[in-house]
Amino acid sequence: MCSLRSSTRPFLLLWFFSLLLFVANMEASEEIISSTADHTKFEALQRTFQSGPEVTKACLECHTEAARQIHKTNHWNWKFTHPDTGEELGKRTIVNNFCGAIETNYARCTSCHIGYGWKDNSFDFTSEANVDCLVCHDTTGTYRKFPAGAGHPPYVDKPFPPKSKKIWKAPDLTHVAQHVGKTSRTTCGACHFYGGGGDGVKHGDLDSSMTNPNSALDIHMGTDGLDFVCSTCHQKDGHDVSGSRYTTQAKDTHGIDVPGRDDYTRSTCESCHGLKPHPVTVNNKLNDHINKVACTTCHIPTYARGGRPTKTWWDWSTAGRMNNDGKHIKTKDAQGYVTYVTKKGSFEWGENLVPEYAWYSGNIRYMQLDEKIDPGNVVAINSFEGSYDDPNARIWPFKVMRGRQPYDKGNNTLVTTHLFGKDSDAYWISFDWNRAIKAAMEANNAPYSGNYGFIETSYHWPLAHMVAPKEEALGCEACHAKAGRLENLTGFYMPGRDSYHWVDLIGWLAVLGTLGGISMHGLGRIVMKAKRR
Amino acid sequence: MSQIYYYSLFERFWHWSQALLIIGMLITGFEIHGTYRLLGFEQAIDLHTIMAWVLIGLWLLALFWHTTTGEWRQYVPSDPDSMLAMVRYYVVGIFLGAPHPFHRKRAEKHNPLQRMAYLILTMVIAPIIWISGLLYLFYQYWPSAGLEGLPLGLVAVVHTIGAFAILCFIPIHLYLALTTGESPQEKLMEMIVGHDAEQG
Repeated sequence: MCSLRSSTRPFLLLWFFSLLLFVANMEASEEIISSTADHTKFEALQRTFQSGPEVTKACLECHTEAARQIHKTNHWNWKFTHPDTGEELGKRTIVNNFCGAIETNYARCTSCHIGYGWKDNSFDFTSEANVDCLVCHDTTGTYRKFPAGAGHPPYVDKPFPPKSKKIWKAPDLTHVAQHVGKTSRTTCGACHFYGGGGDGVKHGDLDSSMTNPNSALDIHMGTDGLDFVCSTCHQKDGHDVSGSRYTTQAKDTHGIDVPGRDDYTRSTCESCHGLKPHPVTVNNKLNDHINKVACTTCHIPTYARGGRPTKTWWDWSTAGRMNNDGKHIKTKDAQGYVTYVTKKGSFEWGENLVPEYAWYSGNIRYMQLDEKIDPGNVVAINSFEGSYDDPNARIWPFKVMRGRQPYDKGNNTLVTTHLFGKDSDAYWISFDWNRAIKAAMEANNAPYSGNYGFIETSYHWPLAHMVAPKEEALGCEACHAKAGRLENLTGFYMPGRDSYHWVDLIGWLAVLGTLGGISMHGLGRIVMKAKRR
Repeated sequence: MSQIYYYSLFERFWHWSQALLIIGMLITGFEIHGTYRLLGFEQAIDLHTIMAWVLIGLWLLALFWHTTTGEWRQYVPSDPDSMLAMVRYYVVGIFLGAPHPFHRKRAEKHNPLQRMAYLILTMVIAPIIWISGLLYLFYQYWPSAGLEGLPLGLVAVVHTIGAFAILCFIPIHLYLALTTGESPQEKLMEMIVGHDAEQG
């Protein structure tokens, strides 16, 4: 046996090395892409394209149903009828405390629409050619919609901001079309990281640092770790992406989704991590918490952690100031973030922020244009249901955007404002709020008294990204303490935070009384004993 | 020369391990309650939970021991007159150097008040703590036990009251055990080696 083995060894070695050589050679000569289609080989894409819609038409030659699928989604319609409240929500109708509303400001706002040419009310939502395939499926990183282009990319190099030296390059549409692929953090982030008009403005947990995050910033998406893309969790079926801010699944009682058995798509933590996500410990209280505390509450200890600040305060009431030369003013903080700009007013930014917490059942209500507001108080742009007693609610973390914005002083309602445009009613042309409000409210068919003021508003953004590594998750005493993170939540007893003061008072008095009684008794005995002697 | 073994080895083991556990649970319990910060909330919870289970185990052993040895009779209340005599002794007689009204025997090793105190401790205060504590521990399962209407604050407050009662018991117990004997060591030695000082 032994001699046989030693005699075969050289052959085995030779065989092994030749195999290595073969494998190495194979990798070098033929790189197989994982997709079954190489778009550079498609005939329909061997041409020059003059516009985005032309590309879309080419896409639709093969992907015949894609546009009609998109037509059914929120990405396309910006419209959402809440199934419970019946409220008309979605970007088309909602008033926010960033740039207000999209009505009359279309071309600027719709630069993040998944379509081409939504520049006014007449946009054709049935047009298939107006669906923008490239914004989601570009893999080159060169396709960028023009910020004021109603969804189109620039077709010639153009400066943005207008008249500035920053050039927004026109993409090579043929090259982009031939290099389409799956969505990525970059494509989703092209809009979702820049909501509100800039990097990290709107969401506190989504900004450009999430394009290539490390695991410390986001344990799921970290490129040095799991390297998830958005669609790993926000799965889609027929282009309809799961996950919603209007009907957030604040509590998943189903647990792990097994493909084939119950594929409810993966946009909850529980759909992968299950309902007992923590290792069993002596106390096992971590797993007990999941019915009342959202995973994100402990696992997103702070947000805006990626080195990009998020906007926390936007005061429109200070907008419109000019310097002595009648020119626009722009001031920046030490990090170079804008703190005042004539067109938009004053801003505050924050990094590594501690979330605010609230009971949340997933149902969000939005303040509608025709609702009366109380100008004496901070107006909650959105409010939501949920309490300790609500079995569907859990404690969630939020970024709360605060600011001051115009309102109708006569009617006590929110207003929309016509900011963007070339006409003289546009605030960014005239700097006349009355005209800007009047024009926008007319376009909304909403009444305006002609008398405006400014009110303070708040807007809650549930946090679900920038999930930290488990070592960074909050410990018990972040909340189970006096003056902990949940000190403002009411309606329940929380150990470590709560106590009945009179019970403690009587208890400690009893203990002191006992000690005092014993001391007196003992002292009495000593004194009496001495006397007896 | 005779020695009376008042406390068997098991009883001494029971007493001291229980003492340690109770003190440990008071320390961790009041941390969980938010009175101070010492070990950290989670550590305190873990220790409190472990000690609770150990104490439950110890109690089951003690229950078995008391029933099988018949020693449970040591805790049957005495007649009211002799209890009253003890009260009178502690309130008046002890100051005047009056003789102790109770004559200790092996079958009656606790004085009438002592019996009563231990009976209340084991039959009233301890159950309050056990029941509220176990409810507290199994808070998660209340809905499946049909207890969803039970406020956690109520359970917590009952548990806290029990803890204060124990906290009051300890100094009284120490005071009486260490100062009412012939010498401070007397009862302590009895609890350690099982019998009092050698007589003879």
